[in-house]
Amino acid sequence: MAEFSLPANSKVGKGKTHAAKPGAQKIVKFNVYRWNPDDGQNPRVDTYEVDMAQCGPMVLDALIKIKNEIDATLTFRRSCREGVCGSCAMNIAGTNTLACTRSVEEAVDAKGEVNIYPLPHMPVIKDLVPDLNQFFAQYASIKPWMQTQSPAPTGRERLQSVEDRARIDGLYECILCACCSTACPSYWWNGDRFLGPAILLQAWRWIADSRDEMTGERLDQLEDPFRLYRCHTIMNCAKTCPKGLNPAKAIAEIKKLMIERRG
Amino acid sequence: MAHIERPISPHLQIYKPQISSVLSILHRITGAALGFGLLLFAWWLIAAASGPEAYACASGFIGSVLGRLILFGFTWALFYHFCNGIRHLFWDMGKGFELPVMHRTGWAVVAGSAALTILVWVLAYALR
Repeated sequence: MAEFSLPANSKVGKGKTHAAKPGAQKIVKFNVYRWNPDDGQNPRVDTYEVDMAQCGPMVLDALIKIKNEIDATLTFRRSCREGVCGSCAMNIAGTNTLACTRSVEEAVDAKGEVNIYPLPHMPVIKDLVPDLNQFFAQYASIKPWMQTQSPAPTGRERLQSVEDRARIDGLYECILCACCSTACPSYWWNGDRFLGPAILLQAWRWIADSRDEMTGERLDQLEDPFRLYRCHTIMNCAKTCPKGLNPAKAIAEIKKLMIERRG
Repeated sequence: MAHIERPISPHLQIYKPQISSVLSILHRITGAALGFGLLLFAWWLIAAASGPEAYACASGFIGSVLGRLILFGFTWALFYHFCNGIRHLFWDMGKGFELPVMHRTGWAVVAGSAALTILVWVLAYALR
């Protein structure tokens, strides 16, 4: 059964405010979710005042500036800083996105503040770092690699027509940042059994690939009231995807194929 | 390593309401409301079959201000669920997933259900 409120140990309290240094020109307040596994306390929201005149334009620039100059204990994942690695996925200004591709200007609210939380409804490791173990275990469960039965052609790769190759456009670009899955209310309430939009988009990516020969087995594995059919076409996934992909459509294609193969 | 009780990150509390999720939960709420509305409708039919006193009692309630409000809500729930249901049928065919289309059909469902509800009530009072 879905639990709509947070358990006692997850309720978020008010934290510290780190005021900007005197002489700051363009202050933006960053309200950031904090949780430390070592102090035995509940999560809290700390406020950092950042002088945007001295900071890069993206939310990730601000987070790095906070960590470098204000509070070295702030913990978050980041790597490529250009939207291809998916590490800095988090909830910014109420929707999930990548901190490196979301500008502070876009994220700032009417009060001149930016609210930053970890990806929603996930176990927190520390601060903005969610535990994605289950997410990646679910990814492994769909066998995300090419499976074939026919012998491989000698001397060359398995070829694909231009049209067949085009079928995986809009699918192969997924960076597995988990923004979509953690934006999905169905995944919030049934994430232990529902695979969620990101993993189902990946499942469709292999079903749609003309070189993969295990479509039947892949569909068998997905034919389940929870794994696939907890998707109710809410579409928060497509709305939040930082790469502009459409997991909802990919899931609809799987559902269609399920019906078609029954004949 | 000692077991750590990890908190769950905030979800409903912080996620900004989206046209996608709001219209989706409204579909479920109107669906449930229609179930209760049908109970009221069944009560009215049973009352009609039971005799003039029972019918007068049921009609009296449905005709009261509260009854009419419930009936108005029922009409809107019916049209909302109907219009959004059509949207779901297209989705089931794999059509209408592009974000601009999703936004347009979503607002069309809101506007369409409101317009149909008002139309039915204007007609109902005009033809009385």
